[in-house]
Amino acid sequence: MAYSDKVLDHYENPRNVGSLDKNDPTVGTGMVGAPACGDVMKLQIKVNESGIIEDAKFKTYGCGSAIASSSLVTEWIKGKSLDQVMEIKNSDIAEELALPPVKIHCSVLAEDAIRAAVADLKAKQGIKDEQVA
Amino acid sequence: MSDFLKNHFELLGLAPRFEINNAELDQSYRKIQAEVHPDKFVAGTSTERMQSMQWATQANEAYRTLKNPTARARYLLHLQGVDTEEENNTAMPAEFLMLQMEWREKTEEASHDKDIGALDAMLKEMLSKSAELQADLQTALDQEQAWQTAAEIVRKLSFIDKIRYDVEHEITKLED
Repeated sequence: MAYSDKVLDHYENPRNVGSLDKNDPTVGTGMVGAPACGDVMKLQIKVNESGIIEDAKFKTYGCGSAIASSSLVTEWIKGKSLDQVMEIKNSDIAEELALPPVKIHCSVLAEDAIRAAVADLKAKQGIKDEQVA
Repeated sequence: MSDFLKNHFELLGLAPRFEINNAELDQSYRKIQAEVHPDKFVAGTSTERMQSMQWATQANEAYRTLKNPTARARYLLHLQGVDTEEENNTAMPAEFLMLQMEWREKTEEASHDKDIGALDAMLKEMLSKSAELQADLQTALDQEQAWQTAAEIVRKLSFIDKIRYDVEHEITKLED
């Protein structure tokens, strides 16, 4: 199966690979995995005082589509608020990367990673959902 | 001759439990294979030949499923109407995912260094984790009927099966 140009681009030049300090109170860490294919994804976000994501890093073990999906979302979420990034849907990711149906689960993994990172950060900061404007 | 409505356990004459006797499974499978082998029906009618073929295929599938512990557990849950959600459930305990990531990192390093000894050691660690999870599965499935707990263990084993396969593949590649 051929990868799209966008997948190849992210796969060959992944953006924002690495780690942030998971003990930093302004850092949220999301870890998710796909049992069917064994992919593991770690996504970390760092927010500033106004609740805007100023940095994002990822580490993914998996196929090209999983790496591209996580690389792409780190680009998308920087500069956005937590509420804004919660609106990112796996279908947006799949569409942007032109993922074939068998690779849709990679985009689901990336969407779930964002949700997990945001949930971790909110739990850390003691923010209740309704208080995040 | 065949009863296509039988489930895999019934077909092979075993109780629907996670803990099975492997020798009994092998024996029962060989017996069915001998009975329904398509060679025995070359002189039969086309219906008989087709039935023996379907029956042999079904027995193969049943044997393959019950022989593999992860597949057996998945099948037992399926019989209970429980989906193991391996395609769409991405929420795993963080420490388990950390371990997966660690294993992936170590595998990458060892493959890069062509260190077969390190890969073998990892394989051992994975097998011991698998054995531990299989013991938990037995409790969850055979004693507690804790289907959701069992489904989560199946998802974990699915991860380990995949990385084990990759490590074994890497070792074979390096040994060539």
